[in-house]
This record gives sequence, C-alpha cells and structure tokens, in this order.
Amino acid sequence: MLATAVILFREVLEASLIIGILAAATRGLPHSRRWMTGGVIAGLIGAAFIAGFADIIGEMASGVGQDLFNAAILSLAVLMLAWHNIWMASHGAALAANTKSIGKSIRDGSSECSILLIIVGLAVLREGSESVLFLYGIAASTDGSQTSMLLGGVIGVLGGAALGYILYMGLLRIPLRWFFTATGVLVLLLAAGMASQAAHFLIQADMVPSLAAPLWDTSAALSESSVAGMLLQSLIGYDSRPAGMQVVFYLVALIVIASGMKWVGKPQRKVPA
Amino acid sequence: MKYLLFIALLLPLAVQAAGYKLTIKDHQFVPAELNIPSGTKIRLVVENHDATPEEFESYELNREKIVAGNSKITVFIGPLEPGRYPFFGEFNPETAQGVIIVK
Repeated sequence: MLATAVILFREVLEASLIIGILAAATRGLPHSRRWMTGGVIAGLIGAAFIAGFADIIGEMASGVGQDLFNAAILSLAVLMLAWHNIWMASHGAALAANTKSIGKSIRDGSSECSILLIIVGLAVLREGSESVLFLYGIAASTDGSQTSMLLGGVIGVLGGAALGYILYMGLLRIPLRWFFTATGVLVLLLAAGMASQAAHFLIQADMVPSLAAPLWDTSAALSESSVAGMLLQSLIGYDSRPAGMQVVFYLVALIVIASGMKWVGKPQRKVPA
Repeated sequence: MKYLLFIALLLPLAVQAAGYKLTIKDHQFVPAELNIPSGTKIRLVVENHDATPEEFESYELNREKIVAGNSKITVFIGPLEPGRYPFFGEFNPETAQGVIIVK
C-alpha cells in the first residue's frame, strides 16, 4: 500500500506543483481558473488515451518512441512556459495593480489563457498516463491486494495534490511587490528543469550525445528518492546524476527565457526602490 | 591505400552500439545480472512478457522507461565506468530487481 502511495505521489506531484505555481502566477487574470480546470480535464482524457496506446508508442522508432514522445511534450511545455513568462513580464505590473483599466491585458489574456490550458494539459497528460498504466497493472493483477493498493493510490494522489495546494497558498502570501518576480523565477526554473528532462529522454534514445554522464554525482547528499529530492526535481529540475547535455539544455533554456523576460519587461518596469 | 584510410575513418560512425536483452516475466528480470563492457555505449532491449506494464528504472544509470504489457522498448546506456548499477521495475519493486555489472 505504501509503495503504491509513493509511486502515485511522485507522478502527481510534478503536475500538481506546476498547477500550483501557475495558479498563483496568474492570480487576477480573468477566467484563468476555468481554463486551468479545462487543462486538467483535457490532460486526463489524453492520459487515458496515451496509456491505451503505450505499447504502440513504445515500439515506434525502433523502441525509442516513448522517449521521443516525452521529449516532444516537454519541449512544447518549455515553449509554452517561456511564452507565458514573457507575457507575464510585460503584463504582470498591470495585473498587480489590479486596476479596472487593464482592458488590453484582458484581450491579450485570452491567448494567455489558452496557453495555460495547454501547459496544464501537457503536465497532466505526461504524468497522468504513467499513473493510468500503473493503476491498470494493479487492477489487472490477481493477487487479491487490489483494495489496499488502490487505497494507497488514493492517498498518494491526495498527498501530491495537497503539496501543490500548499505551494499555491504559500505563494499567495508573498507581498504583491515581489509576487510576480517570485512566480516568474519559479516558472523560469520549472521550464529549465523540463528542458533538462527533455535532454534526458533524447540521450536515453541516443538522439543526442550525453557529454559526460554523469557530470557530477550528488546522490549521496540528496537522492531523488527522498521527499526533498522529489520536490527539488519537480520544482527546479534537480538531478543527482545529470548528463552534461542535460546541463547544457538547462542553461540554454534558462538564459533564453530570462533574456526574453528582461527584454519585454524593461519599458514598463517600475522598480520599487 | 587512400581508400583504406577513408574507410578506417568512417568505421567509428558505422559501428552500432552492441545489443543486449532483458526479459520481464512474472515481474522478474531475466537475467537479473547483466555484464557489459566499460567505456562503450550499449543498446538494451527490454521485453515485457507479462500482460501488465512495468517501468524499467535505475537511479545509478539515470534511466527510466515504461514497458507496456507484452511489448518491448529500447534504451541506450553508457559509456560507463566499471562498477555495479542496480535497476528495478518501479511498478513491482519487491520482485523486479536486477543489476548491470560493468567490467
């Protein structure tokens, strides 16, 4: 039961933290909640669909189809997060002011909202399809421990969702003055972490060279199987044994998105003294 | 002579990563111990003969990949330093355990 809880906790955690950060980051954006809920529902439907075709996807491209699929989903998510963050960098001030005169922001907001739906949908899709496969395995087994395992699964899902909610509530307590800077940095690190994960899948599929694997090994100090390791892995892309190429992807995403944010944010930025 | 040199230069590109195979049956890996050479990349095929899905996972190898029921996947590993690299099936970790030994 505990093992089941841990597995589903891990799967749900990443999507849950992403949703928590984005829900906070888009506070004050009209209809953002509705779009995010839509993303969760679309993601769940997609996850069931992907899980159903897992064998076909897995055997595609001489057995590396799943890696290519994951890398594609992650790359798309990185692009969307980049777009989101750059959009927020230019509109965050208006949202923070919470004035009624953000007419243009609201109009632009409809495209931002569909981006939100896609990001949330992709996160749920990727993590969800693994959960669906795992649960299918439990349901199909015949050793009579299904009830306790499913109970463990429910506990894991609730636990993962609870952490996302705690993060969301915690973020909302940040004073408005620093709020959009804080959520911007979190989304930036989230995107960089996903870029590193995409590299991981491409290395696994032998599509890009690993360049020194591992580049370092900090598993003795902080393992990904610990709760702190899991959290850092989801939040900032922590990897205790990264390949050199993962670090390259991470830094490129970080620098490109940060430059984009700086570039659009500059004209309107009112730096509090 | 020139041609030979040319072919010798191209050879490394043509060399395919050596292939190895793991089978999953009754939530166990066969063989549970796999010996591979150090300093070279290998191509590992994992075949799942169970009806239920499994996840081939290893913290030491930094690899993680779902293998659907009655299906197979390919995962590239290495080049690695000599040593022991445990792996496990995340969906059935009590029984699905194994180790790659790099010599």
